[in-house]
Amino acid sequence: MRIHPRYTQFLAVVLLWTATVVTLGILIFIIFFILEKGLPVVDLNFLTGKPEDLGRSGGIFPTIIGTILLPLLAIAIATPLGVFTAVYLTEYTRESKVTKIIRFGTDCLAGIPSIIFGLFGYIFFVITLEMGWSILSGGLTLAVMVLPTIIRTSEEAIKSVPKSYREVSFSLGATTWQTVKKVILPNALPGIVTGIMLSIGRSIGETAAVIFTAGSSLRIPTSIFDSTRTMAVHFYILAREGISAENAYGTAATLIISVLIVNLSAYWLMNRFIAKRS
Amino acid sequence: MKLLSEKGVQRILMATAFSAISALLLIALFIISEGLPFIFSYGLNEFLFSSNWEPQAGKFGIYPMIVASLWVTFGAMVVGAPLGVAGALFLTEYVPKAIMRIVKPTIELLAAIPSVVYGFIGVMVLAPIIRENLGGPGLSLLGASIILGIMILPTIISISIDSILAVPQSYREGSLALGATIWQTIHMVTIKASKSGIIASIILGMGRAIGETMAVIMIAGNSVNIPTSALDSVRTLTANIALEMSYATGMHRQALFATGVVLFIVIIILNSIASIAIRKRPVKK
Repeated sequence: MRIHPRYTQFLAVVLLWTATVVTLGILIFIIFFILEKGLPVVDLNFLTGKPEDLGRSGGIFPTIIGTILLPLLAIAIATPLGVFTAVYLTEYTRESKVTKIIRFGTDCLAGIPSIIFGLFGYIFFVITLEMGWSILSGGLTLAVMVLPTIIRTSEEAIKSVPKSYREVSFSLGATTWQTVKKVILPNALPGIVTGIMLSIGRSIGETAAVIFTAGSSLRIPTSIFDSTRTMAVHFYILAREGISAENAYGTAATLIISVLIVNLSAYWLMNRFIAKRS
Repeated sequence: MKLLSEKGVQRILMATAFSAISALLLIALFIISEGLPFIFSYGLNEFLFSSNWEPQAGKFGIYPMIVASLWVTFGAMVVGAPLGVAGALFLTEYVPKAIMRIVKPTIELLAAIPSVVYGFIGVMVLAPIIRENLGGPGLSLLGASIILGIMILPTIISISIDSILAVPQSYREGSLALGATIWQTIHMVTIKASKSGIIASIILGMGRAIGETMAVIMIAGNSVNIPTSALDSVRTLTANIALEMSYATGMHRQALFATGVVLFIVIIILNSIASIAIRKRPVKK
């Protein structure tokens, strides 16, 4: 039997509408649920106080320090590597077997689950290189994890710099490196920064890769060889071991707000970048 | 002042360009060198297909975890793929471009919500609903499937939208000009032209679901058994590693790394398929 196209059209619109509304509804519900339960817990004392009794009471100050230090270290390592890789791929080579292999490696690295990064960071940085559970081990592990993001976004940003800019620079007698340094990188900067912000966002929320490399010490770290606990790990421990639902909600709300701020600034930058280009 | 010659710069850049691939090889090397000797000494067959996981007794069969991982991933696909693809089609074909430009970043923003938060929502909201309405412990295969299905929505929607937008507008115009409705155009023209990209988005979502750890630990219940119903508590491969890694030593730790090897291989295969599918995507002219 053939149904009249008008009805299939109507049915399709209803179904697709429902699917979209359900999707958006669930995702937005998650954010509001956490914020509604968590925000009442968050105040100045919660943010600046030390955790007491394993986090049952008190604040989350040391975990905020850990959450700032680990991603910073990670991008400090991954940014030069990622940006240089992108420069090499776009400005110094043509498409060849080598670039294909590099791209394939980057894609694979991007798809590896965080628990594998955790295992690797533990056996390589913590055990083999004897760095122990430390900010250094955690930062290096996260750096490897966010490297593909930085390579990809930098590559896109560099590719979007108009060809004429390069031609003008070359016609003035500049070398490739001078062109990259003076013309391409400054123009691609907002795009590159977007990639960095997205990487920070991902590092802040990461748990599996961090818990086995940076440990879960609640003390305020004094050097990069100290163990630390990030907000995400703290939240996981509070929730999983049933230490305190109230403080878990508070930590989750702080975590979500930080991630949203970082990612929203990334989008804001990206939009400005695109607006400027077109 | 010139510190580096042009050739020198090129060499340095080339060296850094290999950082990602070297990291990948290093990861493979260390996981495999820690896990593979165990697989050989314990026996591949026994490791993959025995159901006894009793680390204290020296028994390391990961079959229940493999089955659980497959079921959870399958469940996540059943929940996530139709919703995600339908959402992507609706946003590209029915919704004005201006609204899409707001909704798509919003959905991508949701990919940034930490996985522990999804797991927590599962425990606090979803598990009680399952327990009261369907019975069982609530922390279950079903719960894990739903939470993972939701978690992979941003991946599926975002990549599907990109590949649907890459379908040349002239294809749609041709179809509409022949008198087809928007839905006929979607399922006869647009979906066909963007098929490989949509498939890639689903495979990448699968990779994310099978590799997800923290959310699954919180919602799946974690008991080692081969599930007989969707309401059973299960433990996935990833959960097994994360749960026991903190105290495992010797053979036990090697067994966990061997579990990591299995996971690593599955993920690389899935990603290779996805990257081939993405490359087949039609190019916008």
